Amino acid sequence: MPDWNLRDKACIVGVGSTDYGVFPETDAVGLGVEALRKAVDDAGITFDDIDGVILNRLPYDRFAEVANLQTPYLLPTEAHGRFSAIALMMAVEALATGRAKTIALVYGNDGRSAKMKYGGGAGFWAPWGFTSPGASHAMMFRRHMERFGTTSEDLAHIAVAFRDHATKNPAAVMQKPISVEDHQNSRFVCDPLHLLDYCLINDGGVAWIMTTAERAKDMKQKPVYVSGYARQDDFSQNSYPADDFWYPAMQKVASQIYDRAGVTRDDIDGLMIYDNFSPTVLFALEGMGFCKQGEGGAFVRDGMLQLGKGRWPTNTSGGHLSESYMQGWALIAEGVRQLRGGQVPANRQIPDAKALQFLLATPVSASIILRNEA
Amino acid sequence: MTYTKPLPEEDKWSGPFFEAARDNRLVAQRCSATGRFFFPPAPVSPYTRDKNWSWDQLSGKGKIASYVVMYQKYFAGFGDEVPYPVIEVELDEGVRLLSNIVDLGDQELKVGMPVEVVFHKATDEFTIPLFRPAA
Repeated sequence: MPDWNLRDKACIVGVGSTDYGVFPETDAVGLGVEALRKAVDDAGITFDDIDGVILNRLPYDRFAEVANLQTPYLLPTEAHGRFSAIALMMAVEALATGRAKTIALVYGNDGRSAKMKYGGGAGFWAPWGFTSPGASHAMMFRRHMERFGTTSEDLAHIAVAFRDHATKNPAAVMQKPISVEDHQNSRFVCDPLHLLDYCLINDGGVAWIMTTAERAKDMKQKPVYVSGYARQDDFSQNSYPADDFWYPAMQKVASQIYDRAGVTRDDIDGLMIYDNFSPTVLFALEGMGFCKQGEGGAFVRDGMLQLGKGRWPTNTSGGHLSESYMQGWALIAEGVRQLRGGQVPANRQIPDAKALQFLLATPVSASIILRNEA
Repeated sequence: MTYTKPLPEEDKWSGPFFEAARDNRLVAQRCSATGRFFFPPAPVSPYTRDKNWSWDQLSGKGKIASYVVMYQKYFAGFGDEVPYPVIEVELDEGVRLLSNIVDLGDQELKVGMPVEVVFHKATDEFTIPLFRPAA
């Protein structure tokens, strides 16, 4: 691929995560540092080895002060979860150019303790009572329902599968199994979306350590290779619920990522899908070509995404819907643990997982393929 | 009666939109080079990235492209109205607006329903464009 020479050039060699919940005794910086300490231990390195830092949702200067990281490379990113994917891509590129050799990527969020509200603030549509990312996704999903005949019950199968996974994950905030009926009977937050279509705002931190494939070979953990990634933005409907479910942008990503990673869709053993709201899972699956556009609802029925049942176990940690809304960061950490093997409870392990794919359907459409062998 | 719903946060770009609403006119910016409308109000046309645009009147007619029903109390002023619908209107000129429906009567809210603008005087300063089923 003349346009792509980054296949398997960088690896994730350490991951760390805090508990998820309500921790008013600390803050986002404290949670980020705690996660980073765990990632550093996990990677078998020291803080002195870190010569690059990429942060998400953290005040960069205060974080660098408190974590005592004085490096030649520091990049803060904005609070949106889409920056989980972007941060990883930036790290690969910084490693490939030699800009840094060992990069700490850190996410910290104290949104729950800080009583962060998604909705109700100022905004162009506030005079009409329209607010919150959830309402925007509800508006998009209604279009999907009208155009393709998708139903709320289709979404229930996504929520049920992820909850089943969460019951196998001690770190997950939600541990009680749910049924399709439970989903359907949960209260509306914004019709057509029910409470169980929404992610879980919590405090927590996640960190990854990334380095070059060369260096990764001799390190403590089995390296997880970034085999390929692709990204296409479409902000043309930034002020509106997108009327196209970001499908064209996702299709562009789909047309590039498999060639770049040197694998096909059939090689993918499981998925990590950015699930801020359950409809996003459908948009991502359709956009990435796992099913035809409009067939996402039928695709996820009968446990397609469920461990032990479906072809593509998805969000085996419980995801944002049932583990915690760590904005993509904990999904990548879960993918790394799955690919190492033996680092999650046996009943949560994707058998013989070799390649996992991260999918992100937002105004930044993106995907990443991770593998445990180059 | 005091109006308790959120009022528009008028800025230098959206000001003329709300000024026109006060005169019961629905307007949007129109790109001079392409003739295409754009919204929400912006400093330049996204089609040409320049300032060659003008405010132009919209027909106020369109159809419901999507809708939701808000159950969560996000705004005090809407608290008594939950659950309340918010509609996404696609105007004949291609501009999309999020708004509320009035005078629905016993009709069922439906995607595809033809609607037309009505103007609701919220305060002496602000008039809010809303929509009703088209005659």
